[in-house]
Amino acid sequence: MVEDNRKAIIELIDLEKSFKQQKVLDGVNLTIREGTTMVIVGASGQGKSVLLKHMLGLLKPDRGRVLVFGRDLSTIGGKELKEVRQEYGVLFQNVALFDSMTVYDNVALPLRERTKSSEAEIRSRVEEKLALMDLQGTEDKFPAQLSGGMKKRVGLARALMLNPKIVFFDEPTTGLDVSRSNEIYRLFYKTQAQLKYTAVIVSHDVPKIFKLADYVALVAGGKVQECLTPEDFQLSQNPAIKAFVKETMGPIYSSEEEEMGFYETDQR
Amino acid sequence: MKRINAETAVGLFLVAGFLCFAYLSVKLGDVSLFGDKTYSVVARFNSISGLKEGATVEIAGVKIGKVARITLLPESYQAQVEMGINRGVILQEDSIASIRTAGIIGDKYVNISPGGSPEIIKPGGRIVETESAINLEEMVSKYIFEKK
Amino acid sequence: MLKFMERVGDDCLYFLEQAGRMGIFLFNCLLGILRPPYKLGPTIRQLHFIGARSIFVILFTGAFTGMVLALQGYYALRKVGSEGFLGSAVGLSLIRELGPVLTALMVVGRAGSAICAEIGIMRNSEQIDALECMAIDPHKYLMAPKFIAGILSLPLLTFIFDVIGIFGGYVVGVGLFGVNEGAYFQGMYSSVDWPDIHMGIVKSLAFGLLIIWIAAAKGYFLHFERSGGFGAEGVSRTTTNAVVLSSVTILVWNYLITAILL
Repeated sequence: MVEDNRKAIIELIDLEKSFKQQKVLDGVNLTIREGTTMVIVGASGQGKSVLLKHMLGLLKPDRGRVLVFGRDLSTIGGKELKEVRQEYGVLFQNVALFDSMTVYDNVALPLRERTKSSEAEIRSRVEEKLALMDLQGTEDKFPAQLSGGMKKRVGLARALMLNPKIVFFDEPTTGLDVSRSNEIYRLFYKTQAQLKYTAVIVSHDVPKIFKLADYVALVAGGKVQECLTPEDFQLSQNPAIKAFVKETMGPIYSSEEEEMGFYETDQR
Repeated sequence: MKRINAETAVGLFLVAGFLCFAYLSVKLGDVSLFGDKTYSVVARFNSISGLKEGATVEIAGVKIGKVARITLLPESYQAQVEMGINRGVILQEDSIASIRTAGIIGDKYVNISPGGSPEIIKPGGRIVETESAINLEEMVSKYIFEKK
Repeated sequence: MLKFMERVGDDCLYFLEQAGRMGIFLFNCLLGILRPPYKLGPTIRQLHFIGARSIFVILFTGAFTGMVLALQGYYALRKVGSEGFLGSAVGLSLIRELGPVLTALMVVGRAGSAICAEIGIMRNSEQIDALECMAIDPHKYLMAPKFIAGILSLPLLTFIFDVIGIFGGYVVGVGLFGVNEGAYFQGMYSSVDWPDIHMGIVKSLAFGLLIIWIAAAKGYFLHFERSGGFGAEGVSRTTTNAVVLSSVTILVWNYLITAILL
């Protein structure tokens, strides 16, 4: 693991989780430091989302500990868990906007439910966030009337509403075309510079996501294989990482032509 | 329905619901909204055989109240019947309370025969003169006896 | 044989687990109702949905139930020459049994299914996870208004049902068959007493809680459904289950409450 003296904000220690007979996580260790961007990669079905859900406190581990701000999510009660989550912002894979509410109400919800702000205050803060996300004029629309990219931006606006300390992104660009996903990355970069949050990103979008990452962790075989800087990651001798790099980034190391082809087909 | 907004519709619903509740409880449940409209009078009987709480109290066949409570007096083994009599009905000191049956096998009720005394019974007072329930058997034998 | 034992054991465990989950869920929801801050807006919206928009259904079912009671009652009572008891027969059966039960069944069909589907879809599309991660308690935010509205609406709808039913019976009994008007109402007034109305209220309060509880919990625990609570089909199957379960539970509890209160 790389030397870094920034304070650890999330620590996963020997995390184990099984569903029925299948062991999804088998001793995961991972440290996420304050102010950094951690990217978690791995092939589908290797437990990236399960790992994320543990950090969010939505799943409880069979064994091991999840420490967030030094508190163990698996043992603390509902009230403390709520306190920890006050510092969270989450962008879900399918955004999980409340589909019976307008965009405005969606973004205003955290303010309405968690703070005692007046409606006027809420309005100005929501409009500010929507403007930041380039979403003016969509206030009265419903999530179903928005395009995928717009939904993600609304989700991001909602996640950042209360200036969280940690923001989780579950596949932030899945389902978006190249320019839309670039836009999300730009917004991510802009807001992180502004709000200085710690980011945890689960992504498939290799290698582009490496540009944003401070650290990259590969989940394979129920373990975090290694957590390295993006540069070291691509050159790692760990067989699992090597295989992953070869599989996902293979074309980069071959001809220019193939690389173009790779980008065009990467629009799942 | 579309033109009425949610608040109005809910308001209407609540008002309608509570009106229906008021109707049911006042008309059917005999709940009086404006304080107690009855006063209580007790009477002791040697036997009430089958009189139930809630049975009617009548004078000349007109309902003037209800039986509120029936208890057994431990010293004399008499039945004490507490009745709620409508305010406005004045009972004299020497009224007679008797237990009767509506029809031959009908419900038991309390009949009060008014007296002539100038003294009236105050709320919480007691009707001293009572006639216990006559059971059918006695009535039949009495009839036969008188015929002879 | 061993396989069979295993199945039975598995079923029992699953049942216990589900019962426990639903119990904790109810506890959390009731806690959510009590815990401040109290917000009127969502509760009014739910009252509108569960209560106000059920009025038409209740008016229709109430009127026709009262009418058919009078019809049946008249033919039965005429045989023994006591048409005068028609009012008491209609009033008692409406207020004690049919009012609360039929109202509850109507609300299950209208609101119970909708609530289960709504919550189920929210669970499916991670909206409930999102709420939790935003440190918003779904029990308080989503469920509490539904519970308040359900527990308040059911008795009110039942009263409306009863009154409409009584007048429906009046139309048929007095209007059609010429039963004496005074006999109809006086008979009813003297035979229906406060304990009967009290029983109706207890029943409808209990049914209100049951309907919302079962519908909301079924939707909320969609992902634990053993038959597979995924996708649109999972939601529809779970909704059907919730409606069946609610209806059966209502009839069972109707019997139990009657047995206890009589």
